[in-house]
Amino acid sequence: MADDRPEREREEKKTEGGGGSSADADLTRRLAELSRSLEEGKRGREVAETSRPSSGTGYAAALRLASEFVAGVLVGVALGWGLDEVAGTSPWGLIGFLLLGFAAGVLNVLRAAGKVAEPDERLGKARDGGPARHE
Amino acid sequence: MRLGPETAEENEGQALASAAANADRVDPIHQFQVTNLVEFGQIGGSTFAFTNSALFMAITVTLIIGFMLMTTRGRGLVPGRLQSVTEMFYEFTANMLREAAGSEGMRFFPFVFALFSFILVANLLSMVPYFFTVTAHIVITGALALLVMSIVVGYGFAKHGFGFMKLFVPKDVPGPLVPMIVAIEFLSFLSRPVSLSIRLFANMLAGHITLKVFAGFILSLGAFGAVGWAGAVLPFLMVVAITALEILVSFLQAYVFAILTCMYLNDALHPSH
Repeated sequence: MADDRPEREREEKKTEGGGGSSADADLTRRLAELSRSLEEGKRGREVAETSRPSSGTGYAAALRLASEFVAGVLVGVALGWGLDEVAGTSPWGLIGFLLLGFAAGVLNVLRAAGKVAEPDERLGKARDGGPARHE
Repeated sequence: MRLGPETAEENEGQALASAAANADRVDPIHQFQVTNLVEFGQIGGSTFAFTNSALFMAITVTLIIGFMLMTTRGRGLVPGRLQSVTEMFYEFTANMLREAAGSEGMRFFPFVFALFSFILVANLLSMVPYFFTVTAHIVITGALALLVMSIVVGYGFAKHGFGFMKLFVPKDVPGPLVPMIVAIEFLSFLSRPVSLSIRLFANMLAGHITLKVFAGFILSLGAFGAVGWAGAVLPFLMVVAITALEILVSFLQAYVFAILTCMYLNDALHPSH
């Protein structure tokens, strides 16, 4: 974006030297040019802003994946234990829900890593714009 | 005459030992202690008090509101420096929400903006020495995550009724697998607030403890005289580097919390169609 600007300026200078009388047309042309480059700059900034966290530290990604997995297992254990306490089915609730929690943790990790299609993508129904994934 | 140097040495030794003991007493967990500043009395047997955590939450909220009001008071068409900071923050959050949840999601903008700014400012405030780290307590992050999930579930059921349950049933799954998939998806959904709260809390806790431990190394090494001071340069450099990393993590974790909130809100708005 930045590297083609000097070229354009040189072009402008050339055309300015060619036809000096049509100042109005020149002005509107330059205004259009300016708004275009501003728009480009804005878009570039947005891209930079949104992609910055994903290009951040691998440390953050590692912590995110780890917490996703641990959360799945923890929830499974908590649910299983709670079920055992309430229904007196010890230890089967804990065992069953621990396994399910493990599976949910793996699903979480795969989803966080972007290896599992989101439900709406799975259906092949891309919504307007579609959800942006930053992680 | 002989006694002089010996006692001096002894004194030095004692001083060294006490300095080392003091250095070892650097407690990296102490900074997270919640203390009661003003006690109002008892409610149900537990003390009801204004704590240092509450104080720093109040400071955070006051700072945010004060900054927003101050910078937008001028309402310049061409924003000044501070006003443009506020506007950039507004646009950043709005774009994030719009990209993740569509333009329908903008009805949640006040919530997401408040959440994002609260976590961001609380995280950054905690980087100031002697300041309390509000977000390093799972009570706070857990409450925030539960707030997010209750809004997702509440709004999802209010808008879609029982159809919100479609969130747990992928459509192209063969019949016999449905119960298992539903169970796994349900657990995965339940684990969202857990991972959301654990991530923020663990990041802030671990970062601040690491910072304190390395700062403690400086003191411990400093107790060994000149050689120790020379050696202390290394942990000092680490502390500088980790401080920079922690500021990055403060931004990153606030951003991750906010973007995940947006994605979960997207689920409430469009549960699997």
